[in-house]
Formats: sequence, C-alpha cells, structure tokens
Amino acid sequence: MSVESVLELIATQTAAGKATRKGDQDGVDELVAQALADGAAPSDVLDALVKGMGVVGDQFAAGKAFVPNMLLAARAMSKGMAHLKPYFSSGEVKRKGTFVVGTVFGDLHDIGKNLVAMTVEGNGWEVIDLGVDVKPEAFAAAVAEHPGAVVGLSALLTTTMVNMEKIIQTVRAAHPDTKVIVGGAPITQGFADQIGASGYAPNPAGAVELLASLAA
Amino acid sequence: MKFTTLAVPDAAGLVFGQAPKPVTTRRGLTFGAGPVYPELNFTLPPMEVTDSTFGQVVEHYRSTVAGAIKHAQGLHAAGLVFEFETLLEMTKNPAWGVELVQVMEALCEQAWTEDGFPTAIRLTPNDLREFDRPPRNRTSAHLEQMWQLFDQGAAAGGDLLSIESTGGKEVHDEALMMCDLKSVIFALGVLGVRDMEFVWSQIVQIAAKHGRIAGGDTACGFGNTAMVLAEQGFIPRLFAALVRVVSVVRTLVAVEQGATGPDKDCGYEGPFLKAIAGIPISMEGRSAACAHFSPVGNVAACAADLWSNESVQDIKLLSGPAPLVSVEQLIYDTRLLNQATAAGQALWLRDLHAASDAPLDPQAFILMPASVIEISRAIVAQATPVAAAVAGATKALDLLETAHGAGDLLIPEAEEAWFDLLRMQLEDTPTDEGSLVEEMLPLWGDKFIPEEYGL
Repeated sequence: MSVESVLELIATQTAAGKATRKGDQDGVDELVAQALADGAAPSDVLDALVKGMGVVGDQFAAGKAFVPNMLLAARAMSKGMAHLKPYFSSGEVKRKGTFVVGTVFGDLHDIGKNLVAMTVEGNGWEVIDLGVDVKPEAFAAAVAEHPGAVVGLSALLTTTMVNMEKIIQTVRAAHPDTKVIVGGAPITQGFADQIGASGYAPNPAGAVELLASLAA
Repeated sequence: MKFTTLAVPDAAGLVFGQAPKPVTTRRGLTFGAGPVYPELNFTLPPMEVTDSTFGQVVEHYRSTVAGAIKHAQGLHAAGLVFEFETLLEMTKNPAWGVELVQVMEALCEQAWTEDGFPTAIRLTPNDLREFDRPPRNRTSAHLEQMWQLFDQGAAAGGDLLSIESTGGKEVHDEALMMCDLKSVIFALGVLGVRDMEFVWSQIVQIAAKHGRIAGGDTACGFGNTAMVLAEQGFIPRLFAALVRVVSVVRTLVAVEQGATGPDKDCGYEGPFLKAIAGIPISMEGRSAACAHFSPVGNVAACAADLWSNESVQDIKLLSGPAPLVSVEQLIYDTRLLNQATAAGQALWLRDLHAASDAPLDPQAFILMPASVIEISRAIVAQATPVAAAVAGATKALDLLETAHGAGDLLIPEAEEAWFDLLRMQLEDTPTDEGSLVEEMLPLWGDKFIPEEYGL
C-alpha cells in the first residue's frame, strides 16, 4: 500500500473511531506506525489524524453523529498521537498551539468544558485541562509552564461567571499578553468584552474557530 | 424495592392535582387534593455573594418574595410556594442560608396572618460533596454544612425539604457522553440508590424533628443533563429518554426512606413516583424556558400538583422583575388546570397536554400518562433497583420502538440505529447488583470510592 493510501486510511479509521486492530482490519495505532515506518512525514500523519477528526466533526455539526462518535475518534487519534510524541519533542512536528482550559473556581460543571477540550485537541492543539473549581493562580502557573498558551475559561452559573474577571486579571498580571477566551451557558459576547476577554465562543466548534483566529 | 404495586394503577388516575397521598403544610396548603399550585424559584443576577454584598442579596430575596406574594394575591392565586434553592455560598456558609429563610418566612407569615394568604417554602440546600474529587459521599467535611442548613433552615421556616443529590454523578457524567447505558444503570441503580439511602434517611429525620415535610429529590444532574445534551444534539434523544426512566429507581429511594412529596420540580421522573408511590409532585415545563429549553413543555403538566418555573434570574424585564413574570405565567397556567378540574374536564385538558408533545420526542412520549403507567408497572415487578432499571428501560424502548414503527413518534434518522444499539446494551446488562458491580469496578474504579457507597 502506498504511503498516500495509508494516510488516507488513517483519516478514515480516525473518523470511524477505530483505535486498534479489530479482526483483520488495522486501527489508527497500527496504521500510524506503518506510515512512519514507510517514510511518511510526521506532519503528514498529523494532518491525516486531524482530517479524520474533521470528518466526524462535520458529521456532528450536521446532526449525523453524536458526542460518543467524537469521543471514539478522539481516542483513536490519541493512539496515533502517541507515535508522534518523539517528533513533537524534537520540534519536527508542531501543534497549532497550547490551550489551557478549566472551569472557574466555585463552579463544578465540566461537561461543556470537556467537550471544548476534546474538540480543540482533535483540531491539532495541545490541551492542558486543569479540571473544575480552578483558582486564578493555577491558570497563571499553567501559562508559566506553557508560555504563549491561550487560556479558556468555562462557567455555568451566574454567580461564578463573575470569577472570570479575577482570573483574567491574575493571569495577565503575570503574563500580560495572554489571550483568554470564555464560554458557558450564561456568558455573552458583551460580558466577554466587559471583563476584557480576548473572545467568546458559544460552542466547541466556535472555540476552534476563535482559537484559529487568535493564532493567525 | 419497597413498592411492589402501583398506587395509581391506570392512566385515567394519573392526572394533575390528584395524588393518592396528599400532603398538607402548616399554613393549610394541600398538594394532591385538587388544586395545582404555582411554585416560584429565582436566583440572583450576575453578582458575587460575599460579606460585602450579602446585604444586597438579602434585599433581592426580600423584595422578590414580597413582590411575588403581592402579585399572586392580585391575580387571585389560592396560594404560592417558594423554592429557596440555595447558591453554593449559602450552603457553604449555612448562616447566610438560614438568614434568607428567616427573611422569606417573615414575609410568608405576614401574608398568612394579615391576609390569610397561604404560602410555603421549599428549602433546597446544595450537595457540596461534589467539591471533593472523587467525592467522599459519607465522610466529606462538607456534610456538616449541608446538615446544618437543613436543620437550622427547617427550624427557621423551611416547610418542604429537598435536594438535588449527586451520588453516582462522578461516573454518570462520563457515561452520558459515551451513551453507555450499562454504566448509567450502574451510576443510578447502584451508586445513586445507595447514596440516596444515606442522604434521605437523614433528611427524613431532620424533617420529623422540626415537624416539616421531607419533599423529595431530583435526578436533575443526571436526567436533565441528558435532556439538555440531547437538545444540543450531543447525544440521541432516545438515549436521554432511557436515562430518565433509569433515574426513577434512584429518585424513588427518597420515598422509600420516608419522603412524602411533593417531589422536586426538575425531577421529570416525578410522574413515575406518583404512579408508583402515590405522592404529590412538582413539575416544570413551558414556563421553565427561562431556565432551560426542553421538549416536554406541555406533557410535563399532565400529573403536576405544583407547577414551577425551575429558576429565573432576578433581572428587570419590560413588564417588571423576571421572578414576577414567572409568577404570573405560573398562575395563569395553574388557573387553567384548576378550571378544567372544576369543570370536570381535567382528563380532556391533560390529554391535550400529552398529545401536543408526545409524538415529537421520545422524552415526551415516555411522560404520557399511559407510558408512565406501563413503565412503572415494569419497574415495580422487579425485586431490586438494578433489575427494575433494566426492566423499566426495556419497556420504555419497546414502547418507543412500537410507536415509531406505527408512525406515532418522530425519531430523527440519525437516531434510528440507536434502537438496536440501546437494546443490545440493555440485554448485556446484568440484573443483579453484584455482577454489575464486578463488571463496572475495573472500568470506573478510579472515578469513585467504593467505601463511600458502602461497597
């Protein structure tokens, strides 16, 4: 099989959520190993993985797939990403950027945040998920560890959304140029503007678009 | 399973305003004996709750409760229930929660003594145990604050005690995202049931100590999370409908422990509890769109004894503060229901509510009185919660598949494959707790602490 065919198959199997070999059909794990052994450029392998995630993402956006399909695809992609780790370390392959995400302190809701993290990761970003009830200092520390990272803040409650401003202030006091994006049920573009956020996204796909525009 | 037969054995008996076991409050409101009453819940506008802002918080509650009582009287309502669903800070600092109950109680008592207008306060503290990851359901330091607010809040005037308890949610959240029905049954039918036994045995004691009413729980963090995710297209509506049915065995535990109702509004499993245990229930539907969207806006009213808005932010609208807008909407809704009862047309109006929603969404279809009775009968025929959850979900799937096949239920094309996928999951789920636990522990052992569930 040509390298091009293997890359195409990587995209197909990623979209189908086939992480490992089932019966006589290779999964993403085996296909990525084969592609690299056959001399495929690691960046082309990454593009194939992202393409596969894009396919299932488009199906999801069209109402033809559900989150479990996205999750299976993400798991399959991560199997392939494991093979690319040495190339990320050496700098031969670069991600689109680093995204530090968390639910603000006082708030325990994480389903929306997890969906954003999964979608952004599937789009080629490195995602650092700090979890829920995250203090301002933890966001600042994560940016110190990942210089240039974009920060994503999530909140579901009207009484916790106000904590976003404190986090933005704390992060920017230590890292003045940090871009911070916000989202969550009660959040609006107006609120994002009011607290000095770099942007607002109403859903995971919007977060990917926003990050792309900020990274451009 | 404590309940082995149905308190409401046929669909004709499952109707708004009527419950086999009515409940009466100290100011003379009786739920389930005819009239449906409005239940108002409201929350603050975007603001912090701190020492420096607490005075403003008190004023929000004072002015809203006073305004709601005045507006309800102006609209000739027969009574009004306030749900005080605390914000996290008010359970973390129980003194704040208690002070707000006192503020509300003073206004309610004034309306009663001066005007004879009956009101009641439902006190719903937060389940703070979620702040520990994984949660320490039985040993969390947060329990002290929760019990303190229940105890002192009941003494201060909380008539109906409720909670949205979260036992099992640490597994359920992820199971939802994977549409993993077997794990949902484990989270609700094993972890949820066990935690409900722990939580509700204590709430029932607190209610008895103060002569208050142990209202009931809600699987809001489970079934409603599924409903909202389905609404956003994240998971199939079919799956969300089955999650709702599975949640019945979990929320029913409050009643098994001694709760008498009215069950809490956002528990859309309430009609099943009414059918099985005969308790009155609070429900929310079209007039709760201020809090969340849903596909069950009308059918939810079919068996309601209280009718709620879920929650609304205290912001100003053109007509007035949003909570007063909700009061008015709820009063007109309940006025119509009560007029139908008075005219002997309750079943006719009930069936219009059901028929206007049920063909359009599986979550609405299972809330039709006829569906509720059939599913409830399948549940009480089983000896254990796990077996009941599997049987209830299987019956629901049968009903939905039959209705879809007959052209009586709309299912999006992308969801049709889920009939088989869900049935395979149900057939693969052990019906005894021991086998299910054995199967689930390797999968979820890092998400929860077995000892905290008595496992």
